[in-house]
Amino acid sequence: MRLTEKGILRNIDWWLVAAYIVLVFIGLVNIYASIHSTEVSSIFDPAGRSGKQFIWAIISMACAGLILFVINPRIYEGLSLPIYIATVVLLVAVIFLGTEVKGSRSWFELGPVRFQPAEISKISTSLLLATVMSQFGFRMGRAKDFLSVAAIILVPMLTIIAQSETGSALVYVGFIFVLYREGLSGWLISLVGIFIGLFIITLTASPYAAILALAAIISFCDSAYTGALRNWLRIYLPVLAVLAGLPFLLDWLGSLTDNPHAFIKSVNPLYILLGTCLMAVPAILFKAYRTRKLFTMLAVAAFLSGIVLSFSAEFIFEDVLQDHQRQRIEVLLGMKEDPTGVGYNVNQSMIAIGSGGLLGKGFLHGTQTTYGFVPEQSTDFIFCTIGEEWGFLGTTTVILIYVFLIARIIISAEKSREAFTRIYGYCVASCIFMHLFINIGMTIGLMPVIGIPLPFISYGGSSLLAFTILLFIFIALKSNENHNFS
Amino acid sequence: MSLDRQNRLLIGLGIVAAILIIRLFVIQIVDTSYKIDASNNSMVYQTIYPTRGIIHDRNGKILVGNKITYDLLVTPKEVEAFDTLALSEVLGVSPETIREKMDGYYRDRRKIGYRSVVMFKQLPPETYLKFAEVAYRFPGFRGQARSVREYPFNAGGNLLGYVSEVDQNYIDRHKGEYSSGDYAGKTGIEAAREKELKGEKGYAIYLRNSRNKIESRYRDGAMDKEAIPGNDITTTIDSDLQQYGQMLMQNKVGSLVAIEPSTGEILTLVSSPGIDVDVLADFGNHYNEILGNPYKPMFNRAVQAPYPPGSVFKLVNGLIGLQEGVLTPDTEYPCSMGYHFGRSKLGCHAHRSPLDLEESIMMSCNAYYCYVLRDILENRKYGSIGEALDKWNEYVKSFGFGRKLGSDFPAELGGTIPDAAYYDKVYGKGRWKATTVISLSIGQGEIGCTPLHLANLCATVANRGYYYIPHIVKDSEHVTIDGKYKEKQYTMVDTAYFPYVVEGMYRAVNSGYGSGGTASVAAVEGLDICGKTGTAQNPRGDDNSVFICFAPKDNPKIAVAAYIEHGSFGARWAAPIASLLVEKYLNREISPQREALETRVMEGNLMDKVKTD
Repeated sequence: MRLTEKGILRNIDWWLVAAYIVLVFIGLVNIYASIHSTEVSSIFDPAGRSGKQFIWAIISMACAGLILFVINPRIYEGLSLPIYIATVVLLVAVIFLGTEVKGSRSWFELGPVRFQPAEISKISTSLLLATVMSQFGFRMGRAKDFLSVAAIILVPMLTIIAQSETGSALVYVGFIFVLYREGLSGWLISLVGIFIGLFIITLTASPYAAILALAAIISFCDSAYTGALRNWLRIYLPVLAVLAGLPFLLDWLGSLTDNPHAFIKSVNPLYILLGTCLMAVPAILFKAYRTRKLFTMLAVAAFLSGIVLSFSAEFIFEDVLQDHQRQRIEVLLGMKEDPTGVGYNVNQSMIAIGSGGLLGKGFLHGTQTTYGFVPEQSTDFIFCTIGEEWGFLGTTTVILIYVFLIARIIISAEKSREAFTRIYGYCVASCIFMHLFINIGMTIGLMPVIGIPLPFISYGGSSLLAFTILLFIFIALKSNENHNFS
Repeated sequence: MSLDRQNRLLIGLGIVAAILIIRLFVIQIVDTSYKIDASNNSMVYQTIYPTRGIIHDRNGKILVGNKITYDLLVTPKEVEAFDTLALSEVLGVSPETIREKMDGYYRDRRKIGYRSVVMFKQLPPETYLKFAEVAYRFPGFRGQARSVREYPFNAGGNLLGYVSEVDQNYIDRHKGEYSSGDYAGKTGIEAAREKELKGEKGYAIYLRNSRNKIESRYRDGAMDKEAIPGNDITTTIDSDLQQYGQMLMQNKVGSLVAIEPSTGEILTLVSSPGIDVDVLADFGNHYNEILGNPYKPMFNRAVQAPYPPGSVFKLVNGLIGLQEGVLTPDTEYPCSMGYHFGRSKLGCHAHRSPLDLEESIMMSCNAYYCYVLRDILENRKYGSIGEALDKWNEYVKSFGFGRKLGSDFPAELGGTIPDAAYYDKVYGKGRWKATTVISLSIGQGEIGCTPLHLANLCATVANRGYYYIPHIVKDSEHVTIDGKYKEKQYTMVDTAYFPYVVEGMYRAVNSGYGSGGTASVAAVEGLDICGKTGTAQNPRGDDNSVFICFAPKDNPKIAVAAYIEHGSFGARWAAPIASLLVEKYLNREISPQREALETRVMEGNLMDKVKTD
């Protein structure tokens, strides 16, 4: 029993614990506010969602106590692989044995309790990542190490996609920040960002515009990296400018003739662009090979894979994404009017948040969220209730508490002397950050509607428990470290 | 602070948080549109429906009025366990119906949410009052007053038109004017004058609290909007005459149209079989039954059916002949049981020969008009028969045929009058001649006109050369009709030629039996009725019986067209019906010696003759 160790209470980061308790409390209050009109008599009534959440909060805090005071933090490193494997087994098993909820098989039902293995897998993935990456001699640049890390992240991610829970899988993208902290090239992160942008431009504008933008960005980065910016301004910029004007020129020329079969009308600017690339790319590659510019070669590779992605964007969009996801993206990007009311949720949620004003309508006085205008208002759209009843002041406070929590985790992870603690801390911070950004972004129309909970606040027992364990393992690791080094 | 990776990530965190907070600042504080939408969400607008305008007849009697009924609304979310039996007893419906409906609402509870739905429509006030006494026992249920149409006269469903709830299609076609649950006039006068009749909806605003209970009126009703009742309109219809016309036309298929020649006002417009006014008030429930009726009662024959006019059309050809100079009132043509051309013959009935113009109208000689049409078409003035036919077409159209008259009645049919291009298409250019189209002379062949066209022709002759566009709405306090209804419309035939035709029509009716006049049955002592019979071939059975007439001969007060499908000779059914209508209008009663005729008409049943496949 660690409880008997001297000074254990002093070594715990009480600021993090306090932030956690405040968030859980905010969650309870707002879950009650979002359901009080229909169901229950008091916030603790166990028939209602707030009462159930209260019970879960007590269970979660008991677990937190266990983690802080009972379990020896040293076991995590050794257990991380078995835990990870068990989780993956569960993740696969749930596809076949799970209960179907809203079109996805991701829930196990055990009597009155439902839980999602995907919740646990955030913890086990974080643990294994920390274990592997903290090994002596681990180097992100080495192919073998990089691939094993990538595999650790991708296996649960892909299994979760197979459960039709693409939203939850998106959280795993956040681990890229951990990899970045541990030495992954920043260019790679930019590349991921560029590819997402490429995907969007291809869908909303055209492959032509996407490829042209890609060429511009990559050539610019390459020039900046190799110190040849002047060269870029002299050669690339004029060429790119001409290519950018090409479609308009062709349109104009085409409008001069009345002949519908005129040659000029059959010219697709995309072919000209690809032709230009076809001539330029070998020349650039050859020159890079001669001058041993590795970065340029990688840039060309990135460019080529970007072209492939751009052409497969349509395919991914039409065939890989599910209907509701596609519709949500279409609505978000403004590609389609919203005839089927896919944007209804978001619209109602923005009305609810917007109507809160500066100070909000006050506790239990919200009208939007309690009428059932906002669906899922106690789970994924809990932020609406906060926005409506507590106003801009409330939403800002909640966001700032999260920022405080995440920043404090990062800073204290950074200060830690053990690589395992540091890496695990970054994993925790990334997970919370991704949930925060996606969930709130969704309620205010910045992100497509992806059903993932707001950590510690949203209604949902297994989610609350999982986040509690995730966070408190870090707090325990940290307190253990403080104890050993003080 | 150096820019190591830790700090870059922290800065990234800060930037993302800033983006979220700025966005929230915009939504919650800067952009007011969300607050407006939100107030929409929390205020309950209860619609107040206006009463429709009342439709009067020309003498100020109410043709269509309003009565109050109640819709029973239910808000499923507010319903508590209640006594189904008691409610069913009060409303006079079976408990199963109520249970079924409540089960349905439960199934759709997500879709319905906090809204109210209509459970029963158009409950009579007695039923509603019974419910109101015990309404406290049924929370979640409430009544909503709604006025529906009431019909003191049986003036015919096709004339008045029905009012029913708008469907999505209708809402889309009238952008922004209607919303779901509104009613609108769909046919007849209701549709023609929908704009005046419908009035403007109002609303009462209530506030709900966060428990979705209605708390109070918003600002004590200061922002509420009163419903504005629709404007009353006055029609040109004579309700007594219309009802009498309905009786004359019962059990016959066809139309009866009466116009006041001096104004163009439609006095009577009967399409038979029609829709009973009892059905009209509750049209929605009878809709399928009406659609399934083989006699197509929804089809308003008076303005929509294209019929061949038959011999009535001889008047037009005679007038054109006079105007074109190929005919004089004294021109005589022989007739030996018809008109012979080549190896063919257009038959006629037995009468003396030869005849002049007046006698040809009086006895309705077919051969006479074959000569006339042939002279019109083979006139050397024109380069070709085609050109002459086009000129003829122009003349005929100047009488209102072959085009919409422009009346204010909705869904008026234009009809057809052939021109040279038409026959060129059918026979080939230059491959037809006057004899090919000779049946046009007696109003057969490729002519399609409505009973309204025929009544208008009658009014034109009665006026000796001009007509007013027929219409059914008069000027009244709130409604001013289009100026075009007050302008004389002249035909291309000089007014000087009309008296000859009138004389012929007079002699057709008033020469007495044995004289050869075709319409002696229509004669009424002292009324000086002038008429023209017609017998139009109907390929689906017996000939159609046609008659147009006006009276009195000088300063005519009424012009009538009667068109009875499968009524055989014009004198058999159409002439008695039209003349009885005229007599009723001018004398207000039927003379004793014509009562037997009236009985025969009212009891006559021609429905068996109509093929209904």
